[in-house]
Amino acid sequence: MSVLGTDTQKTYQELKDQAVQAVEGLNTKSYVLVGTATCGRAAGALNVLETFRSEIGKHNVDAEIIEVGCMGHCYAEPMVIVYKPGFPKICYGSVDEGIATRLVTDFLVNDDPCFDFAMAALEPNDFFPTFEDFPRGVYEQKVVLSDCGLIAPDDIEQYIARDGYGGLAKALSKEPERVITEVKDSNLRGRGGAGFPTGVKWEICRNAEGDTKYVICNADEGDPGAFIDRALLESNPHQLIEGLAIAAYAIGASQGYIYVRAEYPLAIERLKTAIGQAREKGIIGNSVMGSNFSFDIKIFQGSGAFVCGEETALIASIEGNAGIPNHRPPFPAVSGLHGKPTIINNVKTLSYITHIIRNGAEWFKSIGTPGTPGTAVFALAGKVVGTGLVEVPMGTTIRTLIYDVADGIKNEKNFKAVQIGGPSGGCLPESSLDLPIDFDSLQQAGAMMGSGGLVVLDEEDCMVEIARFFLEFTQNESCGKCTFCRLGTKQMLDILTDITKGKGKLEDIDLLLELAVDIKAGSLCALGKTAPNPVLTTIRFFRDEYEAHITEGRCPALMCKELITYVIDEKKCSKLCDACIGSCPVEAVYTRSDMLKDIYLDKCVKCDNCLVTCLPLYQAVIKVSPPIEAGGNQNG
Amino acid sequence: MELMEGELEKITAEVEQVIKDQGTERERLIPILQGVQEKLGYLPKEAMKKVAEAVEVSEVEIYEIATFYNQFRLNPPGKHQIKVCMGTACHMTGGNIIMESFERRLDIKEGETTPDREFSLERVACVGCCALAPVVVVDENVEAKVRPTRVDGILLGFDMEKKAAEKEMQKAASEQKTQEEEG
Ligand SMILES: Cc1cc2nc3c(=O)[nH]c(=O)nc-3n(C[C@H](O)[C@H](O)[C@H](O)COP(=O)(O)O)c2cc1C
Ligand code: FES
Repeated sequence: MSVLGTDTQKTYQELKDQAVQAVEGLNTKSYVLVGTATCGRAAGALNVLETFRSEIGKHNVDAEIIEVGCMGHCYAEPMVIVYKPGFPKICYGSVDEGIATRLVTDFLVNDDPCFDFAMAALEPNDFFPTFEDFPRGVYEQKVVLSDCGLIAPDDIEQYIARDGYGGLAKALSKEPERVITEVKDSNLRGRGGAGFPTGVKWEICRNAEGDTKYVICNADEGDPGAFIDRALLESNPHQLIEGLAIAAYAIGASQGYIYVRAEYPLAIERLKTAIGQAREKGIIGNSVMGSNFSFDIKIFQGSGAFVCGEETALIASIEGNAGIPNHRPPFPAVSGLHGKPTIINNVKTLSYITHIIRNGAEWFKSIGTPGTPGTAVFALAGKVVGTGLVEVPMGTTIRTLIYDVADGIKNEKNFKAVQIGGPSGGCLPESSLDLPIDFDSLQQAGAMMGSGGLVVLDEEDCMVEIARFFLEFTQNESCGKCTFCRLGTKQMLDILTDITKGKGKLEDIDLLLELAVDIKAGSLCALGKTAPNPVLTTIRFFRDEYEAHITEGRCPALMCKELITYVIDEKKCSKLCDACIGSCPVEAVYTRSDMLKDIYLDKCVKCDNCLVTCLPLYQAVIKVSPPIEAGGNQNG
Repeated sequence: MELMEGELEKITAEVEQVIKDQGTERERLIPILQGVQEKLGYLPKEAMKKVAEAVEVSEVEIYEIATFYNQFRLNPPGKHQIKVCMGTACHMTGGNIIMESFERRLDIKEGETTPDREFSLERVACVGCCALAPVVVVDENVEAKVRPTRVDGILLGFDMEKKAAEKEMQKAASEQKTQEEEG
């Protein structure tokens, strides 16, 4: 192989030299990086981009504007990074058109870096702290997220200049078996949910008989609270393409698929561009980087079915059928797409591969825990201050993640629980905060790593309601093949719905536990096998909340609509204010003869508007549970 | 839904084009249906029949696939598509309240289109802006931190747009009329 190996290395070196040259010009003049991934766009990044364009044009500044992906600080979107020669690169958060204008007129035109708006500098300097100076930066260790938000996803040169595709070149100069050994040595476990050792899966596929083999990247990301894979695709698609190509080489496949949800249009667009550029550079296609390995990639758009994240269902879907799971074995690694040996790996898993081949198994194992080396990437949402994407070493405790990395709970409320792993995961209470995060410890606690969705819940979140929410989701998404999954989840959902409406019975709790056991036993795929987890963990840790709903008709979190009433506290209400009246969509709030306000309970649709409106003023609108019967207190 | 005038011809033409682009292999079935929906906005019965013929599978199989996947819709979308995020974070911050507000205002249920085909209402799972929950995607724009009052605001905006457009049309029509009369 040595002759071909040197060829590949030479081809790669040429590509790299070109890329470095192309990118070098960049640092000699000013530039503005605008994060335009979906999250940034939602916060108004496209307007900010437009403002930079017009202001820079207007002032005739010689500066480049580059669209990048997501840096993970979703709470501070839209984010931009501004570089001007002579200054450190500085990142600004929550940028609007006004700030964008100032950054051009004050910073790019004059020399005032507007520190008032700055979040952090990207490199150590004498003026302003860097991300590493904040707790988040101390605890975070970025591997797959490291370039996200810093490089342009639609410019392959920027990726190559940062050693991109070096892992692929290195892999191609080794025997495929040695690539697999490296991955096995690294102990990498699949990040799609189950944590199966990636190297082992590859070896089975490599050894399976057959000339045609396939690699598939699972970018279906079905967890309704996770958006990591999407951010990776939008921010650094080449990292994934490189990992996929390495996987294909290792198992002996020449065709790859990326199965990505059609709901991710921007991710698909950026992937297509990236694949096109890689093809142009000879990085995929016939004779990859001058070697005798050929490989190409097709994008398959998933049509929005959670169960299609399951491997056999995903394959059925690519073959043009409804995504209904099949028996395993045979495992796809032996008989998968069109009956050929196929490996399926998650976006994150393949993105790690790129770094493992580049830096070696030992490097990877130096991060994280012995059982689960590497980092964990989470989509943090809910009641934490620092929502967004975070990447921490495996073994970091949930407490560190929430209180140090994400800066604690919003609005000084009390922490109640953390939901990890989405519909297959569970809710862990305060007593689990010191649990180190890895596949095994989470599983033991009844939750699951899942695909990285992590939602923080506070005292105002009802645990029965969250269990009901996930059950509603899985019940909806059950493909219907297994009776226990199809009907059992329906039964569980009905019971939970009754409880949230105050119509539950005490024996319902035991019935739920029984149903959970049966559904787990009677379901073919992990959708059914894990569907009861949200219910089981909430009953285990928050049984008192279930009981309050059932015996007292009371929702302790004041969330379940049928169990609360909105009332106005006379002592707090002001005669001079009628903000609440204007906010009501159904004219349920009215002025009493004494000028204080009150609510017609029979008209109220419990939309929460008046409460939110009054919150910054008098906090006079409050919720009470158990509810007051309509007609009970109409003292108008 | 009744087909409108000229709709059948459009359906036939678009479906034929998509099939020509995609080929008729079984593996292309889902991409074909996606292509048809992209062109027509939904999968009309007539289109499904045509696809079944071309790919040589039974109509019921097409129907199975069209109803299995959430992406496919069997009713025409509204001129304005409203998608309420029902992901975890949005749900916990009141996404259902927002959905109910839209349902109340538009007098349709989730998954339906108003009879005048002006609005359709759907749910989506996490659009990845959990930090801005609850989130609604109106046509292609993401509305952040939506409250029920904002629901009224969004609909009012469209209403005013429509009225203004109608006024313009009337004005143009009457101007044309005067011109014709004068000319
Ligand atoms: C119902 C269900 C949904 C799943 N959804 C996903 C998903 O969205 N993304 C994903 O990568 N894996 C998902 N998985 C796990 C995959 O089946 C599979 O284990 C994974 O893609 C393997 O990749 P890995 O070895 O890299 O983890 C899901 C599994 C089940 C049972
Ligand atoms: S849950 Fe709505 S954007 Fe994530």
